[in-house]
Amino acid sequence: MKYSTIIKKIAALSLSAVLAVGALTACSGSGSDTANGSNAGEKNNATYRTVDEIKQSGKVIIGVFSDKAPFGYVDENGSYQGYDVYFAERIAKDLGVEVEYVSTDPASRVEYAATGKVDIILANFTVTEERAEKVDFALPYMKVKLGVVSPDTAVVRSIDDLKDKTLIVVKGTTAETYFEKNEPDVKLQKYDEYADAYNALLQGRGDAFSTDNTEVLAWALVNPGYTVGIDALGNADTIAPAVQKGNTSLLNWLNDEIKSLGNENFFHADYDATLASVYGAAANPDSLVVEGGVVD
Amino acid sequence: MRASGIEVLFLGSNFARLVEGLWVTVRISLLAVLLSLLLGILFGLFMTLQNPIARAVSRVYLEFIRIMPQLVLLFIAYFGVTRAFGWNWDAEFSAVLVFTLWGTAEMGDLVRGALKSIPQHQYDSAYALGMNRRQTFLYIIIPQTLRRLLPPTINLTTRMIKTTSLVVLIGITEVLKVGKQIIDVNRFQYPTASLWVYGAVFVLYFLACWPISLLAKYLEKRWR
Repeated sequence: MKYSTIIKKIAALSLSAVLAVGALTACSGSGSDTANGSNAGEKNNATYRTVDEIKQSGKVIIGVFSDKAPFGYVDENGSYQGYDVYFAERIAKDLGVEVEYVSTDPASRVEYAATGKVDIILANFTVTEERAEKVDFALPYMKVKLGVVSPDTAVVRSIDDLKDKTLIVVKGTTAETYFEKNEPDVKLQKYDEYADAYNALLQGRGDAFSTDNTEVLAWALVNPGYTVGIDALGNADTIAPAVQKGNTSLLNWLNDEIKSLGNENFFHADYDATLASVYGAAANPDSLVVEGGVVD
Repeated sequence: MRASGIEVLFLGSNFARLVEGLWVTVRISLLAVLLSLLLGILFGLFMTLQNPIARAVSRVYLEFIRIMPQLVLLFIAYFGVTRAFGWNWDAEFSAVLVFTLWGTAEMGDLVRGALKSIPQHQYDSAYALGMNRRQTFLYIIIPQTLRRLLPPTINLTTRMIKTTSLVVLIGITEVLKVGKQIIDVNRFQYPTASLWVYGAVFVLYFLACWPISLLAKYLEKRWR
């Protein structure tokens, strides 16, 4: 009898320990939106890899989008393509290592970089103050503003047109934060994926869809019946690679890389290879591409 | 240029990629289901113990898992653990772990419910017939419990298979994500492709879950 109660007590203790651990990590893991309250978590665990460690392992792990053409997507043969991927390939080449891609989603990008699960996030990652508290951004390689696309029958041309209407956004994108912060009157309908958001617009579940202007311009180009009524909303946001906070070795390497690539107009070549065919003649590469990390 | 969109399924290696994605889904969910069934039965027995500590522990565990959305659990297991302890668990390991924890909790409660639903007179009659505790469980209680457990277990299993679509958020490319990748690449040329791709994903999920339903039907007949 005594023996079995001891066993039971041990089982109980270990189970509750597991539960306590669960509760602890819940605070630092999922509550990260509010503030960087994880006091111990960030300094203790330098899980990031320095440039030397990456070179030694022979492989750089880069988080990209796998379903956001033309920035990061998987083609019909299963290989990664796009503006971000073109840059990622070059990073791997200049590091002299193989590249391993990790498919990320808008909502999980910060966590991937913050925990060092990937060495670099190259997933059309817009630089914001909130994000900069959790990850370190390198120099920018692209800039965007927001655009709003809507059906021709009821084109949204200004923010006022959106009053009492439903606006579709994708979770975790700049559009979501922008409208939540600056236009609280606009009703938002949020989706996890671009594909779902477009379907919602096509099916009339919302009155308009907002995300980066490049994206909606490209989409409107091939979807007759839809117009980009607002093509430059908000401040010009920059898009930059992100690494885990404190990984100065990789951050400096990336900054030097971006500066030196500017000399050969690398990102214009990237634009021509990946974006030009999608945006057509309507777009001006200089309104999008940032060379050498210098935003004018 | 614009066609119905069904050809998107057969462009390049698209179809093979979908099937590969299904294999990821099936691999994660079946491993988790098998572990959940085994651990769930043990947990169910643990839950029926009269000991107050055992009860409290199982109560807390069950409620914790039940209240937490699976997505939160996935984020804790994948990102949270790395943040707190620096343990870099593989995404698939995290997924199997979370789904096993979830499955064990739910399965345990099902087992507890099934055991409790066997009326006391079944035990009494067995003892009256001279059976000992072991025989009573083996010949009287367990067969009846299994029969009661079957339908809810099948429900849980298929639910787990479908819920694995959440693992995309920790970077695992399973069948639904492959579908979304295909839809996205083709969203300019084939705007209607989503219908076909989601249709194909539906068929693939069906093919994964249907054999389980058939197995359940067969077992239910056999154990009648």
